[in-house]
Formats: sequence, C-alpha cells, structure tokens
Amino acid sequence: MAKPHVAVVDYHKGNLLSVVRSLSDVGADAYATDSPKEISRADAVVVPGVGAFEDAMAFLNESGQAEAIVEAANRGVPFLGICLGLHVLFERGDERSDGMEGEWIEGLSLLPGSVTRLESGRLKVPHVGWNQLHLTPHGRECALYEGVPEGANVYFTHSYALANDVDESVVTTRSHYTRSFASGVWANNIYGVQFHPEKSSTTGLTILRNFVQKVCS
Amino acid sequence: MLTKRVIPCLDVKDGRVVKGVNFVDLVDAGDPVELARAYDAEGADEVVFLDITATSDDRHTTIDLASHASAELRIPYAVGGGFRDVAGMRRMVAAGADKVSVNSAAVKNPQLLTQAAAAFGSQAVICAIDAKRKGKADEWEVYLAGGRIATGIDAVEWATEAARRGAGEILLTSMDRDGTKEGFDLALTRKVARAVPIPVIASGGVGTLEHFAEGVLEGEADAVLAASVFHFGTFSIRQVKEYMASQGIPMRLDF
Repeated sequence: MAKPHVAVVDYHKGNLLSVVRSLSDVGADAYATDSPKEISRADAVVVPGVGAFEDAMAFLNESGQAEAIVEAANRGVPFLGICLGLHVLFERGDERSDGMEGEWIEGLSLLPGSVTRLESGRLKVPHVGWNQLHLTPHGRECALYEGVPEGANVYFTHSYALANDVDESVVTTRSHYTRSFASGVWANNIYGVQFHPEKSSTTGLTILRNFVQKVCS
Repeated sequence: MLTKRVIPCLDVKDGRVVKGVNFVDLVDAGDPVELARAYDAEGADEVVFLDITATSDDRHTTIDLASHASAELRIPYAVGGGFRDVAGMRRMVAAGADKVSVNSAAVKNPQLLTQAAAAFGSQAVICAIDAKRKGKADEWEVYLAGGRIATGIDAVEWATEAARRGAGEILLTSMDRDGTKEGFDLALTRKVARAVPIPVIASGGVGTLEHFAEGVLEGEADAVLAASVFHFGTFSIRQVKEYMASQGIPMRLDF
C-alpha cells in the first residue's frame, strides 16, 4: 500500500522537524508545506502547534491556508490538530499575541466551542511536563487511542486549553491541571490533541502510528 | 497529576559527549543524540545538552546538534551554554530546541530573560544558576564560569528576579555538592523552590537513589538532574524513577 501523503501545515512560527520525522517514522510520506495548493492535494493534513492563537489565525487567513484547511476538512480528509493546531479548529480563542486580555479572536470554526487560559493561584502556568490522559467512552472508540491505556502519560506545554463549552460528545480524553480540560477531541475525520505526540516518546508514536495507519490508510 | 521529572544532562564539547563511556550498547557513545535516545528508551522525561565548548564563537556544531536532536529525539530537550543574546537563542529554538538554558549572560544582562520569554514563551526559557554556600549560614552566592567567579549576588534573590523577568524554570546547581555524590543541597533547593512561582530543577551532588527522592520530597524540586551516575551506569533512569515512585512521588513509568 502506498504511503499516505501527509501535509504538515507550516505557518512560519517554528520548527516542524520533529512532527514531520515522527509521522515519517510511523509510515507516512510527511512533508512540511506552507502552500494552500499542497494542503488541498494531501491525503491528510496535520496542523502542528507553535505560537499564539492570534498570530496563527492571522497567518492562516492571510496565506490562504485557512481556506485550504477548512476545504480539506469538509471534504473528509483525515485531519489532526496538535496543541495550537487543536485550538484553531474551534470557534474562538482569547490568546492575543501581546498577552493582554481582550476580545475573542475568531478560529476556523470547524467545531463549536472556545479556548481560554488556564488560571490558577496555586499551580504554575504554563502547564509543562508529563501528565495523564483519561479516556472518555468516546475516546475508547477512537482509533487514535488503540493500544493506549487509561492514564497514559504524554507531554504538554501550553497556557490555554479548551473551555467547557466544547461539546462533550466529541471529547476523547480529559486531563487535569488547574481544571479538567478536554485534551483530545474527535468528530468524524477531525482529530485534535492538546499534548505533543511528537514529544511523547512511545505513547506519542503509538498515537501518530494509529493516525497514519488506521485513520489515513 | 503532573509528574516529577528525571533529566540526564549531557556535557557536549565540539559536538561530542565529554564524559560518559560506560553506557549500554551504543554504536557511538560519543554521539550526544544517540546517547539521548538511549535515555529516552530508559524513561528520561527530557534531556539537557550542555555545550561546554571553550570557544563559543562557533555555534554551528551546537546548532547542528539541536537540529539533529529534533529529528531523532521523541522527548523534549534543552540546550544550554554559551548564549550571549536573544539572536543566539533564537537560532537554537529555530533548529528545534524545546528550551534554552542561559546562565552567565542572564546575570550580566537580566533583560535577556524578558526578551527571550517574549520571543519564545517562558516555557522555553531556563535560567541556570550555580550557587555556592557563604560560610555556614543558609545563604548562597551566585557564581559564574563553573564556580570560578563570585558575583556577590544572593542566589535566592537572583532566582526570584529571574522568574519575575520571564524565566520559566530554574536549573539550580549547588557548586558545593557538584561532583561529591553527597546529595543535593536540600536547604538551598527548598529555599529557592519556595521563593519562586516556577519549577525548580535540582542539580549537583547525587550519589544514591535516596538522594533523588530527597530532592523532591525535602528539596521540593519539580525535577532532578544528574549526569555522571547515569553516564557511568551507576543507576539506570528506570531504576531511579521506580525508586522515586516507591517513595510516593508521581512519576511517568509507562515507557
């Protein structure tokens, strides 16, 4: 079987090497691209997580990538958003590039709900390190988590997370830090994870392998 | 629950690991990335590459290392040593480093921490502090150049300022304990951990399994770092993590 062509969307915010290499290691023909045309042609699309919501949305919109991503997602192409790439799938976020509180920034609106800051007087924000995934009944049905046990540890680094206005029926995993937040979602062809599978050792590779071999193939 | 981390540190000179020969079945035990991969397989939660190259003008070797590591490693890693300005840190982050660790340059120009945090986010900025006890009192002074240059700056005050200026983590090394195998300076670690609202990585002096656990339980550190006990195979990382877990510390053991 031919390897699925997986476009890793490059929105010029950081290094995508570990995402591209991880996907290649588990059987994808993965490549970073900033071209809307390449995104439209791919068998699957991965939006990685680098930077702030406002910056990312501005670049996605101006570059024409947003249109290509939404078109691909609506066409039923397998789609994986990682960290900020998960956030932009939703309707709105309040992470401005200047770090100030302010109005909502509009997301890609492929899924309903918002992204808000983790707040705590006691715990340290950002949430950085290895924390556990708690699978929901929906998550246990999700191909991404085949072979991933309840309570598996994955690597997080973020200050913002999905809010509780996200539709519970799409939530695959929850994690706990300052509050319980959805750390994974799945709706039809759209998958999203708050953690970084490309930095999550063997558990992360299992999840990416499931995406490439069970979802994309 | 957020787990506590075990971090092996690799001293790298001209792109090669300086110490650490006595270690598993590596094709090339001097290749920092291959060594780091072996640590990943053993359960390391992240890795620190410390560039100790004497002349830090030529950073290409270290940038190549960062780039190679981001292609090959599946856990987060930090690069430390030799940073002078944000431009240098930016090159390392662009090459794929998850975090950069800055020491002397931040003491000389604390503004560097603020600039780095604005450019990459606090989570990517580690402020490394080398501290030495002043006499017998519970006071510690910041040292530079591997413990050779005294600054007159109080270590706890500097840690507090570093956090306020944007550092996301403190890598705290006791110069009194480093290399002694007598255990972390727990009073120092605890004092800094209580003073700052960011994670503290305890470093310097580990010799036994108990020392690792003490760093978290008594030193109140969020992570423990060691070099020689891992390189020389005194303990495996798995052994350390299993011991710490047996002492009631939340650890990642599914690797």
